[in-house]
Amino acid sequence: MSRQPEKLLYAPSHEWVETASEGGDVIATIGISAFAIEQLTDLVYMDLPKVGGKVSAGQEFGEVESVKAVSPLYSPVDGEIVAVHSDLPNQLDDLKEDPYDFGWILKVKLSDEAALAKLLDHAAYSKRCGESA
Amino acid sequence: MNAPFLNATPLHDWHVGAGGRMAEFAGYELPIQYTGIVKEHHACRTAAALFDVSHMGRLRFDGDGADALLDRLLSRRVLDLPVGRVRYALLCDPSGGVLDDTLVSHLATPSGRHYHLLVVNASNRARVIEHIRPFLDDFPTVTMSDRTELTAMIAVQGPLAVEVTARLFRAPVDRLGRYRALITDQFGKPVIVSRTGYTGEDGFELVVRAEEAVRVWENVLMAGRAAGFQPAGLGARDSLRMEAAMPLYGHELSEAIDPISAGLAFACDLTGRDFVGRDAIAEIAKTGPTMVRVGLMPADSRPLREGVQLADASGRNVGRVTSGGPSPTLGKPIAMAMIEAGLASVSTDGHSQPLVADNRGRPQAVSVVPLPFYHRGDSRSV
Repeated sequence: MSRQPEKLLYAPSHEWVETASEGGDVIATIGISAFAIEQLTDLVYMDLPKVGGKVSAGQEFGEVESVKAVSPLYSPVDGEIVAVHSDLPNQLDDLKEDPYDFGWILKVKLSDEAALAKLLDHAAYSKRCGESA
Repeated sequence: MNAPFLNATPLHDWHVGAGGRMAEFAGYELPIQYTGIVKEHHACRTAAALFDVSHMGRLRFDGDGADALLDRLLSRRVLDLPVGRVRYALLCDPSGGVLDDTLVSHLATPSGRHYHLLVVNASNRARVIEHIRPFLDDFPTVTMSDRTELTAMIAVQGPLAVEVTARLFRAPVDRLGRYRALITDQFGKPVIVSRTGYTGEDGFELVVRAEEAVRVWENVLMAGRAAGFQPAGLGARDSLRMEAAMPLYGHELSEAIDPISAGLAFACDLTGRDFVGRDAIAEIAKTGPTMVRVGLMPADSRPLREGVQLADASGRNVGRVTSGGPSPTLGKPIAMAMIEAGLASVSTDGHSQPLVADNRGRPQAVSVVPLPFYHRGDSRSV
């Protein structure tokens, strides 16, 4: 069940999103893109929120640190955190190897789907990365 | 990205061709990394790394009295500096604040001409020249020439740096002691070879003519390729110097920080001579500094960064982090800070009373630890 980057949605701030229906709710799985990880290089620290917390689109939910810098993680969606990949901060090398499957960060039960419409598809996101690289 | 106002070193195009991730530093476009900061850091600790440090300012002083001029300006004695020797020295203002930290070398050309070379920080070069210029009036036989644009500077640092690099030069530079320098040549082109560096490793700093830079760089890299030599960017240069507890101007040193507070009393020859700032520094040395530079390590794995404020157990602000980040060698965060002198002592178990860092809104317990974090040929971790 490996996730295909081509089928995910992306925030301009480099988080990816996959949505799925579960028992009437829409659950968004969130991670960070391979491009972002490549740009950050040498990840050393990650700080994640707790299950039950609320996130809103465009707001910071955690941070990731490379050797040189701290980068905030922004939620691409609105909702409640229903799962956190709490082992991930101890396995940042694996995140680098596999950002789309092993590297999932949060699962969020959406309270509003409006933010999804603002996300980019893979082609638009790749184009944007090409421009900023 | 390639802003037109940025200076390029003679190796700029080489860095771009090698995939260097370029960024602005002190008005120059320089590589932050090629393949990864951690990998380049480890290459320096285990084999050797090459750094383009051509952005550093190189000022040459010729003529009778050059030593007396520099002796008047620098915190170390220059009058008794023999040919072939290098000293780390500070350039201070009259109040003892540090204008720059420098290396001063006394060199002789093959034809027997003597001169002094002052290597200064890129960010301070213009200011240093302006500071020195008025003093030249008192030394009419001395000329100061800015050699920065005409030359390139390459640092080769690591446990294998000397052995491998020395083969490339005519003179037996592997016999140079630490803080020794000489002028030799490679294929007939002059090279200043200095056994100095900014990584905590053994190695050389080479000054060559700008047009020879790429050739010398590639020669060293090729000679060391099988031994694991790697080009390294400013990212690794910073993490290496932090582990070695070497101060960086603008962080551990500034006009607001005197040499005694910065822990650089060894670089101040205060007796039997005068230099700009001497009286102020001597007074601080006598009464003791109020703030001092220390090493810090947090209790957890969250890196401390520059600017993080520090408090004692009662919540009173007692200082701030001047440099910080992960240590690739130790695998945990390290930092340097300026804190109140009374809190700077390290107990016999190597740790002090914990301080509390306000790390981006979250309190974090940190301990004062001895400097440096890394010592060459020493496998201990603090």
